[in-house]
Amino acid sequence: MPSFNHIVIGAGPNGLACATKLAQSGARVALLEAGAGVGGGAAGYEFAPGYPTSLAHVLHALDSRVLHGMALEDHGLSYASRDLDTVALAENGAHLTINGASLSGDGAGLDREAYAVLHAKLVDFARVLAPFKALSPPRIARGAGNPMLKLGQLGWGVRRLGCKNFREFLRMILINIADVLEDDLSDERLRGALAFDATLGAWLGPRSPNSLILLLNRLASSGAGKPAALTLPAGGMGAVAAAMQKAAEAAGVSLHCNAKVTKISVRDDRATGVVLENGDEYFAQNVISAINPKTTLLGLVGPAHLDTEFLRRIRSAKSRGAAARLHLGLKSAPDFRGADLKSRLLIAPGVNAVENAFNAVKYGEVPKAPVMEIIMPSAHEGGHAPDGKHQLSAIVQFAPHDPKGGLEAARKLMLTNALAVLERFAPGIGKLVEHSEMLMPQDIEARFGMVGGNWHHGELAVENMLFLRPTYGAAQYATPLPGLWLAGAGSHPGGGISGAAGWNAALRILSGKGAV
Amino acid sequence: MNQHYKQPLQRSAFYARMEAANVLAEWGNWGGYVSALAYDDHEMEYTAIRNGASVYDLTPMVKYSVQGADALAYINRLCVRDAAKLAVGAVHYTIWCDDAGKILDDGTLFRLGADDFLVCCQERHLPWLNDSAFGYNVTITEVTEEIAALSLQGPCSANVLRAMGFAIDTLKPFRMVDLPFEGGKLRISRTGFTGDLGYELWCDPAHALALWDGLMAAGAPWGIRPIGTHALDMARIEAGFIITNMDFIPADQALREDRVRSPFELALDWMIDWDKGHFNGRRALLAEKAAGAKWALVGLDIEGNVSTEGSIIYHDKKHEVGHITAAIWSPTTKRNLAIAQIKRPYDDAKSGNLWVEVYALRELQYVKLMLKATPTKRPFFNPARRRATPPGQF
Repeated sequence: MPSFNHIVIGAGPNGLACATKLAQSGARVALLEAGAGVGGGAAGYEFAPGYPTSLAHVLHALDSRVLHGMALEDHGLSYASRDLDTVALAENGAHLTINGASLSGDGAGLDREAYAVLHAKLVDFARVLAPFKALSPPRIARGAGNPMLKLGQLGWGVRRLGCKNFREFLRMILINIADVLEDDLSDERLRGALAFDATLGAWLGPRSPNSLILLLNRLASSGAGKPAALTLPAGGMGAVAAAMQKAAEAAGVSLHCNAKVTKISVRDDRATGVVLENGDEYFAQNVISAINPKTTLLGLVGPAHLDTEFLRRIRSAKSRGAAARLHLGLKSAPDFRGADLKSRLLIAPGVNAVENAFNAVKYGEVPKAPVMEIIMPSAHEGGHAPDGKHQLSAIVQFAPHDPKGGLEAARKLMLTNALAVLERFAPGIGKLVEHSEMLMPQDIEARFGMVGGNWHHGELAVENMLFLRPTYGAAQYATPLPGLWLAGAGSHPGGGISGAAGWNAALRILSGKGAV
Repeated sequence: MNQHYKQPLQRSAFYARMEAANVLAEWGNWGGYVSALAYDDHEMEYTAIRNGASVYDLTPMVKYSVQGADALAYINRLCVRDAAKLAVGAVHYTIWCDDAGKILDDGTLFRLGADDFLVCCQERHLPWLNDSAFGYNVTITEVTEEIAALSLQGPCSANVLRAMGFAIDTLKPFRMVDLPFEGGKLRISRTGFTGDLGYELWCDPAHALALWDGLMAAGAPWGIRPIGTHALDMARIEAGFIITNMDFIPADQALREDRVRSPFELALDWMIDWDKGHFNGRRALLAEKAAGAKWALVGLDIEGNVSTEGSIIYHDKKHEVGHITAAIWSPTTKRNLAIAQIKRPYDDAKSGNLWVEVYALRELQYVKLMLKATPTKRPFFNPARRRATPPGQF
């Protein structure tokens, strides 16, 4: 009868971060992973022989507390690129290169000044919002035990944007990205790139309300210590998972793979442990779920232990994934009309191109011309493809989470349409394809346990952030069931290969504050 | 063509007889049905409840059927009381709460079979009942319109049933029996809302008029008469019973944050079964039990004979500490009675100096009175004949 202080369910980045932080306090921690290996969205797998990949392919949101607190660089994390350029591809070869506030390439002068102003403003907003990510969300109630001093400081930080920028902040915080782009910029390549970034991983189009805040959320992240930088870990995302695993084990976490939890045990109205698929039962004072909140509460705990309204909110929490993953094994390097393959390539030719790609999924359809983010890991280093060959890894948007013609037909059409778009921007690429894999949202759900295929384990949208994530009553990581905590991407501040939710949850548990 | 707009209120299966008897034409809306407030003289109707036999149309009472393999587990997750202790053929009073432990409604729970329950209540709750059923193998159906129901109350009610040929002598309080009637069956439960000997009769609407006529014919020697809501309300106050939306606002309808009430605040906490496992609102109620509730529901005995409906209660004639939710000068107990919500601890430790401010209308002119109020036990009226089995011959 193994017994621990804490059991953490799910060895994705959040589970690993949470378990490590708890173990570092001296507690006995078990980390239970259903799969054969750790990492969740960062876990490495081969989509074809000799082509390793993972669900996530860019490291841009890793929480700096996790990076340093787990000493990931000491445990093997290094970078193939610490600061990827983004190239907004043009069909005529006149590409625009973007990095932070700087623009280069053909016609980059058109928006250079306007973009510098807009970028500076958005970065300012992101800077004052970023610290909220590292907090347990406050609770909107009197006497809720909120860290008022800390919140006051953060609020003061927002106010200190200055009169003009504070007014701009209030004007823009809930605005849609398309309006901002069309007000301030004129280069469709740049507009398309920013519209794409704002809606990446969301179930929103650039004209959907509240889409700007997701861009701010991206800008509030950092890569390799640089705000909003995009990095590629050496050896791929699987190497991040491996470094986190080493850090967890070094902290004394007892890691069990192939240990699928089928039930959270409840005795005397308290979570007391878990039951595994093989019938083993583990006991602990705290059970911390870093997997999907719906799966945890509706499945592992079950409705008998939860109240009706709370269940209703969990059940109706939106979790629609709209991002598909495309992996191609290529005979040789493709040519995106001269674009640097070591950059992050975007095919998002304009705000309307992104919006039109989103329109289709509202009706359960596959867009004719999806937009996408392309990484060529094999252009950076070996090991991502057999010698002489190349791997193309793309996030293709938008894909219907519940296609009306069925999954098989939708997946096939998505691949056809994605290849047709690629052919326009990289003529001849179709003939180079030796292997291909298209993961639709339903595939992502089946393989990674992300409900609806949403990689945030619940849509990241304004109505689902902070104290509303996954819903009130569970937004401070504690659930209504004593002893049960949430620590996954479904909790604040959301997903990505970040570990922030897991780290926050661990801090909350260690603080001794339960459900206030 | 749907003609519902021409008849916005539903008519119960007894309506033809009710309309003929209602010489005052005093009608009200109860849950979307036409309901009689009084037929000819509400005080005489009240007298029938306490001294003879009375008939009240219960059809508008909202009724839900709960059936299925998980029906018991479901009822136990929904309500605070343990339904496992309810035998098949028995009835109990129960309540259900929201997540915050605030009361959504009270009602009676009939256990018709091992996996078959009937919930009778004041308000409609189908969305709540269905949401609570997530993960349970149960079917919940509103059956209000499928059942015609009459409440037969009064010391002579057992004699009326005997005269109709129904063998009810062994039927104990809060039990029910199905007996043959008009080629079908009549369900007779020994329940009621008057605090007196009485029965509730449940039948197919097709047999409704036969039931009414049978009762009136058989009950004539005991002065049976149809009664309206006014008379019933007098009797229920004497019995100390509360009514949803009269004595408290159900949590899902309350607009003001401070209007919702928990079982502790309505003196219904005796029903809570802490040992049966989780039920809706349990954690919030445990916390409230530990922290203490804000309000209390009490019975009041008030000096004088002026009824105090809706009045405000003061401590030391100065500080507002509560309000009256129901009041009556009770003809049977000859006391001036009230049911009140009072802030703790004025219900108990500081209950010695309570005053009710009453504006008494005397020939078009209000007179302000400050009347001394004393908390007193409910029920105010609780006769032995209510419980005697076999029921007495009156």
